[in-house]
Amino acid sequence: MVAQNKKAPAIQLEEISRIYQMAAGEVAALSKINLTVEQGEYMAVMGPSGSGKTTLLNLLGCLDQPSSGRYYLGGEDVSALPDDQLSEIRNRKIGFIFQSYNLIPELTVLENIEIPLFYRSHNDPDGLQRAVRLAEMVGLGSRLDHRPAQLSGGQQQRVAIARSLVNDPLIILADEPTGNLDSTTGQEILSVLHEMHRQGKTLVVITHDVSVAQHSSRTIHIVDGRIKG
Amino acid sequence: MMLPIFFQRNLEVGLKSLWHRRLRSLLTVLGIVFGVASVIAMLAIGEGASYEAQQRIKQMGSLNIIVRSVKPPAEAGKSSQPMGIDKYGLLKSDFYRLQTIPSLRQSAQLRRTRETVWQGEWSFPGQLVLTNPSYFQLVSLSLASGRLFNENDYLYRSNVAVLGAGLIQKLFPLGGGLGETVRVKRNYYRVIGILSDRSISGGGSTVSAENVNYEIYIPLSTGMSQFGEFIFKNEGGSVQREWVELHEIVMKAGRESDIPATVSLISAELKRSHKAADYEIMVPLELLKQAEQTKRIFNIVLGSIAAISLLVGGIGIMNIMLASVMERIREIGLRRALGARKRDIVIQFLSEAVILSAIGGAIGVILGIFIPALVTRATGMKTIVTVWSPILAFAISAAIGVIFGFYPARSAAELDPITALRNE
Ligand SMILES: Nc1ncnc2c1ncn2[C@@H]1O[C@H](COP(=O)(O)OP(=O)(O)OP(=O)(O)O)[C@@H](O)[C@H]1O
Ligand SMILES: [Mg+2]
Repeated sequence: MVAQNKKAPAIQLEEISRIYQMAAGEVAALSKINLTVEQGEYMAVMGPSGSGKTTLLNLLGCLDQPSSGRYYLGGEDVSALPDDQLSEIRNRKIGFIFQSYNLIPELTVLENIEIPLFYRSHNDPDGLQRAVRLAEMVGLGSRLDHRPAQLSGGQQQRVAIARSLVNDPLIILADEPTGNLDSTTGQEILSVLHEMHRQGKTLVVITHDVSVAQHSSRTIHIVDGRIKG
Repeated sequence: MMLPIFFQRNLEVGLKSLWHRRLRSLLTVLGIVFGVASVIAMLAIGEGASYEAQQRIKQMGSLNIIVRSVKPPAEAGKSSQPMGIDKYGLLKSDFYRLQTIPSLRQSAQLRRTRETVWQGEWSFPGQLVLTNPSYFQLVSLSLASGRLFNENDYLYRSNVAVLGAGLIQKLFPLGGGLGETVRVKRNYYRVIGILSDRSISGGGSTVSAENVNYEIYIPLSTGMSQFGEFIFKNEGGSVQREWVELHEIVMKAGRESDIPATVSLISAELKRSHKAADYEIMVPLELLKQAEQTKRIFNIVLGSIAAISLLVGGIGIMNIMLASVMERIREIGLRRALGARKRDIVIQFLSEAVILSAIGGAIGVILGIFIPALVTRATGMKTIVTVWSPILAFAISAAIGVIFGFYPARSAAELDPITALRNE
């Protein structure tokens, strides 16, 4: 196993396919994808509905496993790992941002940001401090005790962004992070993502919004499970 | 250090979500509460009742064989004896013949009648017992003060009496009594001994306890010459006369294993001389065994009821846990995406179920200890909460949390994270 090394690409896909077995036959959501994302890149993923963007993101996030092909995450082959190890990789190396925020309503802002710390294999004495700093970074330093229901959509997404960063992941994956927001709020979220990119984070963001492409360092288009251009 | 932290965190999550749905959790847990409480309470009541029964039987002496005179059922067509005298029961000759059975160690003959006992102007209806000195040993009566009558008193037909604690209290309400004189009919007796209080704690068996406490014991030799063998009974307005020589013969076997053979010897001997069924043979040991058997059956019935009520409680837990899983499918997906392993999810939900049922168990234990105390206060019935019954009930309720929480927890952990995250 190759140790994670600074020079290895953050993401390297070799001939990745994802085929769903359906009663009516096979559906190839992704076919033979080859893709390399270097560390520090900000990649936008665009494409029509049903083209396989979410499928790709799930694979990148180790929530799903490819039907064939190899996936190297930070140089480490993660194509066929057992479930527990995939959980650990998601916990340590991946930050998720969802379209619908996915905050836990019973928990406060701070507690929501802390969730990934819960599942770390080692106790992290600086975790709380980092969570507070991230909340401040996304502009919610004064709302640590608030519940998600007391926040606007934009604020909830900021909490989700802080949560995705709390374990200092290798890559951050966002599936239409502005999809549920009005354009002004959406722009604010995009500028937070842009700020993350400037600080050296690796981002993969699915979007329908062309303006994301202006922020990103690179844009790929997916059509029918294949990368175009 | 890794396991406790991981455990503690998932437990925390479980607790939080329970607190969030506290009313519903409490309602769900009522099944367990009542299951556990009723088990402990019923066990306590059963234990108390059987303890009383066993105490009463033990007071009769566990090696003893008791033969009692009983009035035979009136035969149809056959009118009672001339002059309305009913003659039945055990005879002194029976007593002497039974003495020849070699496996017997000790024996006593008794006459029991209701007589008013006087002390100056005070009087009280007591139980007059005429017997041998050996009777005290046979039923292990213990003295509070003074002495019991002995073979000398018997031989010389002394006018001495040993009184029960209750009777002493009634006749000497200001205290004392030992050495004083009491009167039954026209005969005076010196009180040489006072028995200790024999009422079984907690009441319930008040009838027998009172009888014991209101007895006055006089040597049979003394009493026989003074009272004769007639008994006058006021029954339904008409005076009825009965002629009973002995009311009871108490015999003690040498060993427990001798009892069955001895009983059949006694029975055969009595059958030869008694045409009518005017006696009954009682074996306290057998009663004791019966009581134990009854208690075993009672415990089995109780166990079944407990099992059913706890099963119902368990199904309640499973129900709310399944609902809890359904409600939080997205949360489960999210937690999985953020790094929760399957076992983290299992422990989160399992700890929720166990905490729920353990809380139910704890409330049930408190209630189950409280109820018997209340029953005792209200009815005077004796109840015994044994140490192990709350412990066992609590352990079972916690185990129910594990058993019935496992399936929902497992199904939560097995959810596909992607599907779970997509759930609306
Ligand atoms: N669990 C599944 N079982 C079967 N087919 C699936 C499954 N998930 C996705 N697909 C199929 O895979 C293809 C790609 O789906 P995907 O969700 O990746 O599209 P998308 O690009 O994210 O679309 P959108 O922009 O609408 O979110 C679709 O044809 C879809 O029907
Ligand atoms: Mg999608």
